[in-house]
Amino acid sequence: MGLFLLRRLVQMVPLLVGITFLSFLIVDLAPGDFFSSLALNPSISPEAIADMKRSFGYGEPLWARYFAWLWQAVQGDLGLSVAHRVGVLTLIGQRVVNTLILAIAALIVTWALAIPLGVIVAVRRGRFSDKFLSLLAFLGMSLPNFFLAFLLLRFALQTGWFPVGGSVSFDYEYLTTSGKLLDRLHHLILPTVVLATSGMASLMRLMRGAILDLQRADFVRTARAKGLSEGAVLFKHVLRNALNPFITLAGYELGTLLGGAALVESVMNLQGLGSLMLEAVLALDIYLVMGSVLIGSLLLLLGNLLADLALTLSDPRIDLSGASRSQ
Amino acid sequence: MIEPGGGIEGELLSTTGRPSRRWRWRAGLSGFVLLFLYATAALAPWIAPYQPGEQFRRSPNAPPMRLHVAAPSAWLAQGVLFVHPQRMVDSLRRRYEIDTTARVPLRFFARGHLLATADPKEHFFVLGSDALGRDLFSRLVYGARISLSVGVVGVLISLGVGTLVGVVAGYVGGRTDDVLMRLCEVMMALPAFYFLLALAAVIPPGLSSAQTFALIVVLMSFIRWAGFARVIRGMAASIRELEYVQAAQALGAGRARTIVRHVVPATLGYTIVAATLAIPGFILGESALSLLGLGIQEPSTSWGSLLKDANNLANLDKYPWILAPGVCIAVTTMAFNFLGDQLRDRLDPRAETRS
Repeated sequence: MGLFLLRRLVQMVPLLVGITFLSFLIVDLAPGDFFSSLALNPSISPEAIADMKRSFGYGEPLWARYFAWLWQAVQGDLGLSVAHRVGVLTLIGQRVVNTLILAIAALIVTWALAIPLGVIVAVRRGRFSDKFLSLLAFLGMSLPNFFLAFLLLRFALQTGWFPVGGSVSFDYEYLTTSGKLLDRLHHLILPTVVLATSGMASLMRLMRGAILDLQRADFVRTARAKGLSEGAVLFKHVLRNALNPFITLAGYELGTLLGGAALVESVMNLQGLGSLMLEAVLALDIYLVMGSVLIGSLLLLLGNLLADLALTLSDPRIDLSGASRSQ
Repeated sequence: MIEPGGGIEGELLSTTGRPSRRWRWRAGLSGFVLLFLYATAALAPWIAPYQPGEQFRRSPNAPPMRLHVAAPSAWLAQGVLFVHPQRMVDSLRRRYEIDTTARVPLRFFARGHLLATADPKEHFFVLGSDALGRDLFSRLVYGARISLSVGVVGVLISLGVGTLVGVVAGYVGGRTDDVLMRLCEVMMALPAFYFLLALAAVIPPGLSSAQTFALIVVLMSFIRWAGFARVIRGMAASIRELEYVQAAQALGAGRARTIVRHVVPATLGYTIVAATLAIPGFILGESALSLLGLGIQEPSTSWGSLLKDANNLANLDKYPWILAPGVCIAVTTMAFNFLGDQLRDRLDPRAETRS
């Protein structure tokens, strides 16, 4: 177990270096930089800009700047944001919590609804409820995230039942602890619905397929033959086995959610990692972009790792040393 | 809950009998809808009553006008359809009043358009207008050209690259396979949307709209080919061991010929299904980028760039008709999903989705 963990963590290193170098290259290719927009500001002297440029290492060759950045990043310093003049890590720290809360809330809602619905739909195969829920799932899968976000925002505007932006209210700091929690929940509802809708639909369909496949397995026939009740067969034998692939899926789902969250954050005006990244990209704030990509990839890889670990806990048949080779 | 036996017999029938007939009408309807949408895009200059950039400065943010059918006795003299003119009563709040006493008659095939006002000085907005008084319906029809071709071109590129890499990796195997698959893994480990954002920022300003379009498609294909490559590699590796491929090799067919004539055709079933199901992803990707202001720019329009107007709470509140492009995106996505699902049942029996 420990060895497996170590190997996976070591494997992540070249991947992260590759990803960050690619991003560095890309941002460097972008025409203009942050300073060309600063130069248009008459209240900032050219000397001050030249000074700033020096401190950010501009003018040096690409690889030198990349390795300087990498060396600092290894030491836990992701550099300064040129636009905000604040440490990148501080900025990301403020935002990443909101994104994580949203992604995890969406994950919980997705799973809490998709698994029971998938079971119901599989059991009632061919009946009206199956057809109706499957059609609904299909619609949910096809509805674009951002469009659903617009519809819900309009709903919130018209009814006034939900806040229309931000992760917390203006007076958040003055609320009591329970008030803070409620305020956050209130702001979370709409984005969570948006993110959970698409994930839920595909998960439900997969669950249905997995259960129907298992219904024909030999061990299920054995369980039925020895006289177990239909409920015991379903919950103790079919469902436990059907769940395994979904545990891995949850890890990848977290990655998708982080990506999806980025778009929903910008549309719904939430202060998260995605909207921060978008602002950084638009301002060509190179270290902020690099930091966001690094943290985003790290979250993605850690999510996948957690998923694999959870899988071994739930399914003792899976041998980690073998599984990591073949996959 | 489950009748013992009943489920099993049903399964046997569905696997040994004819392909499932489930959702046939939905797939047919989807095909029809898609045909209709693509035809609209192709015939845009004829179907749209106005040019996408044509401004009616006196009618900004005008609400959609309802089409009325005239009494049959007036059909010959005035035309079948008419709208009531709208007058702006409050230019600050963009409030319009409908003048139900007056009529603006519409003519089919007038001035080279499917439907246009009989009097060229009048105008009509079926889906309302934007802040510059441009007809949303016309912009939607022209925008379909970009939005609908993004998916097709993107899928051609990414599946082309994916098939090439996958088939070579799977068929050749060994070191080549290792290197190519590691590359795919790096691509798949990228946080796709963040990366796409970073890539889109590289698009230099001042490109022609055709160049921007090409760049966006290439960027999205660049992010997506790896997934296809992995699946096709698996298929190619198993196809390589089949008798007919071995027979071809024994008959002296070269590597390239075997791949093109025997391995690639065997993956076509998957490819067609994957292509149909991947098109919505490209359409959504383009829309998302354009929506955030990183994709298609003025003066070209796509459904995503039209939705940019909705990314503003005041607009969303007062002018709900600007959500129309979103409806188009949703309908297209749905149609491709239904069609792909049906195609999978027909062409790719290995990927079983039980009915």
